[in-house]
Amino acid sequence: MNSARVKTFYYLMKLGREFELAAKEQYMQGNIAGFLHLDIGQEACSVGTMQAFDKGDVFTHYREHVLAIARGMDPKLIMAELFGKVTGVSKGKGGSMHLFEPKLDFYGGDAIVAGHLPIATGCAYARKIEGEMAGVFAIFGDGATNAGAFFESLNIAAAWKLPIIFFCENNYYAIGTRIGWVSPFEELYHKARHYMPSKRIDGMDVCEVYQVVMEAKEHIEEGLGPYFIEAETYRYEGHSMSDNGKYRSEEEMKIFKSRDPIENLKKEALKLGIVEPEYFEETDKKVAKEIEEAVEFAANSPEPDLSELYENVYCKECTNVVP
Amino acid sequence: MLYREALNKAIDESMAADKSVVILGEDVGRYGGSYRVSEGLFAKYGPKRVIDTPIAELSIVGNAIGMAIAGLRPIAEIMTVNFSLLAMDQIVNHAAKFRYMSGGKMTIPLTIRMPGGVSRQLAAQHSESYETMYSAVPGLIVLAASNATYAYHALKAAIFLNDPVIFLEHELLYPMEMEFKEIENFDPFKAEVVKEGEDLTILTYLKMRYDVLQAVPVIEKELGISVEVIDLNSLRPLDMKTISDSIKKTKRVVLVEEDHKTGGYGAEVIARISEQLFYELDAPPLRIAGEDVPIPYNRKLELASIPTPDKIVAQIREWSQANGL
Repeated sequence: MNSARVKTFYYLMKLGREFELAAKEQYMQGNIAGFLHLDIGQEACSVGTMQAFDKGDVFTHYREHVLAIARGMDPKLIMAELFGKVTGVSKGKGGSMHLFEPKLDFYGGDAIVAGHLPIATGCAYARKIEGEMAGVFAIFGDGATNAGAFFESLNIAAAWKLPIIFFCENNYYAIGTRIGWVSPFEELYHKARHYMPSKRIDGMDVCEVYQVVMEAKEHIEEGLGPYFIEAETYRYEGHSMSDNGKYRSEEEMKIFKSRDPIENLKKEALKLGIVEPEYFEETDKKVAKEIEEAVEFAANSPEPDLSELYENVYCKECTNVVP
Repeated sequence: MLYREALNKAIDESMAADKSVVILGEDVGRYGGSYRVSEGLFAKYGPKRVIDTPIAELSIVGNAIGMAIAGLRPIAEIMTVNFSLLAMDQIVNHAAKFRYMSGGKMTIPLTIRMPGGVSRQLAAQHSESYETMYSAVPGLIVLAASNATYAYHALKAAIFLNDPVIFLEHELLYPMEMEFKEIENFDPFKAEVVKEGEDLTILTYLKMRYDVLQAVPVIEKELGISVEVIDLNSLRPLDMKTISDSIKKTKRVVLVEEDHKTGGYGAEVIARISEQLFYELDAPPLRIAGEDVPIPYNRKLELASIPTPDKIVAQIREWSQANGL
């Protein structure tokens, strides 16, 4: 454990958690609408992966606010997007599920389960023929591993030895459907074993996530083909704000909350004496201020003008001809 | 020049001009393409740019979108329009929407080529025309190539456009010998006045163009009228100006499509004409379209399921009698 790295992990996970709590509050107040999928409990996956996979292209599912923050997206622009404001990262046209920033090589927010995996695979193909071996990182949930697009992507990535990391966040529930009801096994790394190196890890431990993604990164950079990681994790909230998550037992929730990625990292760091206690207090204050500013920025930003309705359907040269 | 050779020429020249152009699909490489459209390209450009894919249409289009995001200009070949339904999610939910839902940050320069229509006894899962579905999707451009000259120019334009293009071909056209000429500043979005006339406008596209052109001399002779024939070429956007100029002159319109009549592409064209040109018309518009049945295997039934030159003549005769033309 390296002190500077632990500090960064803590800061980003805390920033992510507080962002999600603020989003939840703003949703209850009616400032955010639509589907809002919170990442609370899963921050180690979002932060550990993005800290390790710091180059290359990222393709993600729709539970992606914290992943975007960890990739370097400004929380202000994300919150403004959630508010549907024109200052949002997607000009208020995408919302919570569609955060895109090509400058960060961050593509998606894709809300079709497993739909982004063939796209990520194709991108990995292009990178490979260009000799860009930093490759591609694709993140998805347990639910995606039952879809055809998932298996097609594993097959193609392995057949063509593409530089891509498949990262599955197994939180055991696809909305209210327990993975074991619809999959022959709950340890999902088995699904990839015949195609590529495949590992199951503790997704509640940010250091382990970071470490294993670093290994995977080395693997793809060396041209050895794709790599699969299944991270066991848990979402503390429902699937989205319209789901109370009551299909899960309190017992189960308690077990996972005892493995809380943020609290445990702090505890461990203090025990090892590698981070001074004041750091956590200061960081918490700094994070609270940043989130407050993000909400303020979003609240004070203007709505898109009605003229935006027909903007960005087509590129400029096509806009002139398409009705 | 053969129709398929015009397509091949467009792809070949685009690949030679720009290294970012790649082609992918089932059997496009070593095999040379199911309809020989990509013949010779594998030998010329190699396996990195002429990519043999598994039979997995969702991935053919999905992979192509990823390649486009990475900066390539992919041409995805789907063997038959029917198979494109497996890729519908990638086409509609992803390719067509990324630009918009990213607030304009994403660009998907992607061409998806697919042949459709009734060929010869290929039955219901290899004979459909789904242009009506794709033409209904904001974010897509839909071009329908009926002839070598248009196929060549429009395909080249499509490859270098910065939006996803559905490029429709027809299975019966591939081996047809056609006139070909190179045209400067070609506009792929413009309809073609194939034949000028004074009394009746026939709108059509893809293979039906040829059925219409066979029917027209009979109609002209029998009814003593002169017919204008327009090939729509571009289905989204639709060139309403050319259509409108013609109807203002002839005052009558017939649309001939191979697509099913209910919800077919012609329904949209006729709806627009009704909205915008109602008072220009001297007779109700007529749609001559495919029957509302899955395409049957038996040749007699198959021919009964789509417009033919004879049926076009018969339906226009009946319509003109009913409307005192």
